Amino acid sequence: MKTFKLGGVHPPENKLSAQAAIEKIAIPKQVSVPIGQHLGAPATAVVKKGDEVKVGQLLAKATGFISANIHSPVSGKVFKIDNVYDSSGYRKPSIIIKVEGDEWVDTIDRSPEIDGNIKLSAKEITDKINEMGVVGLGGATFPSFVKLMVPEGKKVDFLVINGVECEPYLTSDHRVMLERGEEMLIGVSILMKGLKTNKALIGVENNKPDAIEDLRKLAQKFKGIEIHPLKVQYPQGGEKQLIQALTGREVPSGKLPLEVGCVVNNVGTALAVYEAVQKNKPLFERVVTVTGKSVKKPSNFLTRIGTPVKELIEAAQGLPDDTGKIINGGPMMGKALISTDIPVVKGTSGILIMPEKESKRNDTSNCIRCAKCVQVCPMGLEPVLLSKTSKLEMFEKVENERVMDCIECGSCSYTCPANIPLLDYIRYGKNKVGQILRERSKK
Amino acid sequence: MNEVIIYTVGSLGALAIVAAVILYFVAQKFKVFEDPRIDDVEEALPSANCGGCGYAGCRAFAEAIVKSGTLEGFNCPVGGADIMTDVGKVMGLEAAIAEPQIAVVRCNGTVKNSPAKVKYDGISSCAAAATIFSGEGGCSFGCLGLGDCEESCDFDAIHVNPKTMIPEVTSNCVACNACVIACPKDIIELRNVGKKERRIFVSCVNEEKGAPAKKNCDVACIGCSKCFNVCPFDAIEMKNNRAYIDYEKCKLCRKCVVVCPTEAIHEINFPLKKLKTEVKKEIPKKEMETIKVDITANLETKTTERTKDEKPGESPKEKTIKETPSDNNDDKA
Repeated sequence: MKTFKLGGVHPPENKLSAQAAIEKIAIPKQVSVPIGQHLGAPATAVVKKGDEVKVGQLLAKATGFISANIHSPVSGKVFKIDNVYDSSGYRKPSIIIKVEGDEWVDTIDRSPEIDGNIKLSAKEITDKINEMGVVGLGGATFPSFVKLMVPEGKKVDFLVINGVECEPYLTSDHRVMLERGEEMLIGVSILMKGLKTNKALIGVENNKPDAIEDLRKLAQKFKGIEIHPLKVQYPQGGEKQLIQALTGREVPSGKLPLEVGCVVNNVGTALAVYEAVQKNKPLFERVVTVTGKSVKKPSNFLTRIGTPVKELIEAAQGLPDDTGKIINGGPMMGKALISTDIPVVKGTSGILIMPEKESKRNDTSNCIRCAKCVQVCPMGLEPVLLSKTSKLEMFEKVENERVMDCIECGSCSYTCPANIPLLDYIRYGKNKVGQILRERSKK
Repeated sequence: MNEVIIYTVGSLGALAIVAAVILYFVAQKFKVFEDPRIDDVEEALPSANCGGCGYAGCRAFAEAIVKSGTLEGFNCPVGGADIMTDVGKVMGLEAAIAEPQIAVVRCNGTVKNSPAKVKYDGISSCAAAATIFSGEGGCSFGCLGLGDCEESCDFDAIHVNPKTMIPEVTSNCVACNACVIACPKDIIELRNVGKKERRIFVSCVNEEKGAPAKKNCDVACIGCSKCFNVCPFDAIEMKNNRAYIDYEKCKLCRKCVVVCPTEAIHEINFPLKKLKTEVKKEIPKKEMETIKVDITANLETKTTERTKDEKPGESPKEKTIKETPSDNNDDKA
């Protein structure tokens, strides 16, 4: 069975919510919608205090090329535009809306029928996706329309669809593939049309046999879509790893997947693309997994953007008593939240509630040069060297050791027998080197 | 037997003379002229190599001084006036004596004033922690207390107090600027040591509006402009919802310290504080006026003009105050 070649780990999967069907969660009384939910420049608010908004109405307009529109997830009145804590741990400008009813914008097609007839041209598809504010839902939240704008002279051989969900605990993509498989596949066809390619490869890890079987059946109706089961290995969901697993091609250091004729999108993004293009529905809701070993009812919720995390936890029958950390995302790459008032954003794939016992860091000891971190690094880096040089602030060395290639998957920290927080140091070094590179490019 | 010794000594001696002659001419030919004053200046400097002057070390600083031929813009913060006078003697110049400075920590978000709402268990580095969250107390601008400043200090002059988790500067400080650079939140600032080492500064760099600032920290500057209004010397500047005291203009009258509702303005090395009301009463108007007269002579024309007009209330100051609340209204709208 296929997988990527270099490194990787296999943490316990703990997919507790895999059998929990997607549930619609009640709309909260108040939502706060951050204007910077995507990679790139934050959007510019186009509403002001006191404005009446409907579901799907434009709240903030994209600023610059790499940016995305933000639409209202609820109907009601704009209460204020203020700084609110978001998952970055800082207070960021957000649009706070008091909810009144649930009135949708007329242009959204709310009928349940699945519409497989793609009418728009490639150019129109790109514009539509841009207009509807679709961003990559795998976690990086890169504006999706940018990926569709293939520069001249480049040809896309494969559209790679990421249904891997290699993070332990998370199941939102799994449920999307199971329950919204057909719509998702139409989304894939739309993306294929937009990219002018006739081959799409969907990679699914073989711990989701039901999804593989379902999608294989459905894919017979679609031209050029192949489903590939992959061996379970973290971080297979990284785009470079996935491309290697599915096509055997290797993306060169510092280059985009387009260099080897591939474009990668997540299954959640494919579904959002379907809804945007066929149903005219902006991206204002997404599936979020709420899970954890002590959580009474691990679930997958279809939730509006801007819903406070505490509402989701409440819907999963409350915060367990032994909670140590609430993590936005999975246990490997996720980041602890500093408050349960933080809203769900486009990039929130899951909320993991970790018991106190598990969330504690173990005591560190000295590095014994066992090179386990080097073995597991999927990018072929030397985490021990990177973390040491970052710690000593030797940023030139850090840069030469290709720190910018690090995908921050956390395999090194996970595997370190001395419990050294390797990734913490590497992230610090990467951050600093990023600053240095930006300053250099300015000159 | 003797012959062997004589020949050896003789031939080696001849070789040595030839080599010495060659070396002499080569040395003459490729001689690099180095100003002897560089060595002298370097000798006069404290050899701390801290980089506080902005150069790579004392040698580089000496080279720069000799090359430029003036002392203007050059200051060794470690040595201060004494060393700069010595350097001036070497150069035959009058040293422009810069006011001695000291690092000041502009945050008082102690464990008590800004209680921790979350717990950070990552690596012990402010720079790393600052990239992932705002701080345990919730203030996005406050001190993280992980001691990057302490680590950067070569002079054992700044230490994080384990009780308050806020760094404290000792008199060892030579104003080398290392901690200012190390602090990811730009909390530390170099300020003039001041007369009798007395200093007044706003111990807060929060740029949030009053309510959220106060929510996270009891002693935050809430941008109320009270100090700004009371300052007779126009030394306080209101910007981004916070006050900043210009140490060049501040005459240490302590009026602002008294009016600050959150005790964000700190005074250092002053005699024991009198009660608020007493202080207000005890500064007689006459005395204040005399001080004013003394100072206007040294101040820039702008201030002098204002005193001439005898409308100190209607200075550009008031304009700015009017602008600030309207800004706030816009934000609320």
